[in-house]
Amino acid sequence: MSAEPMTPVRASRPRPAWHVATVVETRRETPTAARLVLDVPTWPGSEAGSHVDLRLTAPDGYQASRSYSIASSTPAGTTAEPPAGQVVLAIDELPDGEVSPFLVREVRPGDQLELHGPLGAFFVWRPGESDRPVQLIAGGSGVVPLYAMAAAHGAADDAARFRLLYSARTPADVFFADELTALAGPAFGLDLVYTREAPDGWPDAVGRLTRETLAARTIPAAERPRVYVCGSTGFVEAVARWLQELGHAAADIHTERFGGL
Amino acid sequence: MSFATRGFSGRRREPDTRLPPGQTLVQDWPVLSAGPTPHVDTADWEFTIRDETGAEHRWSWDELLALGVEDVTVDIHCVTHWSRLDMDWRGVSLDKVFENVESEHEYVMAHSYGGYTTNIPLEDLLDGKAWIATEADGGPLDPEHGGPARLLVPHLYFWKSAKWLRGLTMMPDNDPGFWEQYGYHLYGDPWKEERYW
Repeated sequence: MSAEPMTPVRASRPRPAWHVATVVETRRETPTAARLVLDVPTWPGSEAGSHVDLRLTAPDGYQASRSYSIASSTPAGTTAEPPAGQVVLAIDELPDGEVSPFLVREVRPGDQLELHGPLGAFFVWRPGESDRPVQLIAGGSGVVPLYAMAAAHGAADDAARFRLLYSARTPADVFFADELTALAGPAFGLDLVYTREAPDGWPDAVGRLTRETLAARTIPAAERPRVYVCGSTGFVEAVARWLQELGHAAADIHTERFGGL
Repeated sequence: MSFATRGFSGRRREPDTRLPPGQTLVQDWPVLSAGPTPHVDTADWEFTIRDETGAEHRWSWDELLALGVEDVTVDIHCVTHWSRLDMDWRGVSLDKVFENVESEHEYVMAHSYGGYTTNIPLEDLLDGKAWIATEADGGPLDPEHGGPARLLVPHLYFWKSAKWLRGLTMMPDNDPGFWEQYGYHLYGDPWKEERYW
């Protein structure tokens, strides 16, 4: 058994702690999802791709906690937008869910809830850490942490080349559609795949992502991109397998899945 | 410090004393892993325990099963807030695996195919508390759930139950494994909510 190489964890990473968050803004993100902008005065900042545990308490003391990816990032020591005390979440409503329907439908500005974080130092992208290109691959709401990385990359004017392949059901289901379109350019390639319905005149076939499309619309393995994949388990399993078949090393493929809560 | 969030009542259900704090009962089986799923054939599978002398105790798939596979029904608790109760497993008790292993060391690093590691005190693997699981929910363990074999240490958060198990290395100190280096708790008792450090 050989010892596995480990990426050193930065000593400066803030310890996770409980924070009180106040809802500043809610807006409809897609037909099934909402964007929540939270004011968190004690927030120490968080890296792009990290997540939080969100806890709700009922008047009788009953509590429910769920993990959510953060759509924003605020690396310590920078003057990035949004400000360090702000956390942006984008939450997809799960049918029969307990917490997500409340967050998507009921929450309004002024409401308070609890966050524990920042969490996750593995599925993150740090500006200036590497010149290697970065390939992001998102299925549905799995785009949230990848959007945070793309936005951090744009804000940092980082030299690494970025590309996002994003599989969405329909144009209306695209999270951060305006922001992603604004980021697209020479340093950030945006490729959309629609699985149910595409805009009028869309040149590509509508349907589930295939290995052929993945090969054609991502940075080739020969360029040794670091790859981040986020989506449902079925999506992540298929994409990670295809990436390895296309020559990407397992160690270059970072995965995150949304679970069953 | 908790306070009520306006308008939240939650789903009314009978309180379940078998659910640790902060956990929610699920019926399905969510998957979480840091990278691609390794696919290991049982014909190639091998399990090794390495002690402080460097000596290696090895088992092939058939040799492991020959130690005796038992039925296990346990609750499992994932750090991402889901729990499953009364889950049916089959596997080999680590008591049988450790029967002829001599070591003065009190800690174990579990290693997986694919490179994952996690640290566990030896005493948490013995006395009927842990297994090398080969079946779950009435069938062979799927690769995405850690097949062909994973650790099953149900009294700790489920990231300690390393998927795609390939070996255990005895160690003198409680060195952190993969998720532990990324901020997850060194021990991980769900009843004390030892999620992060």
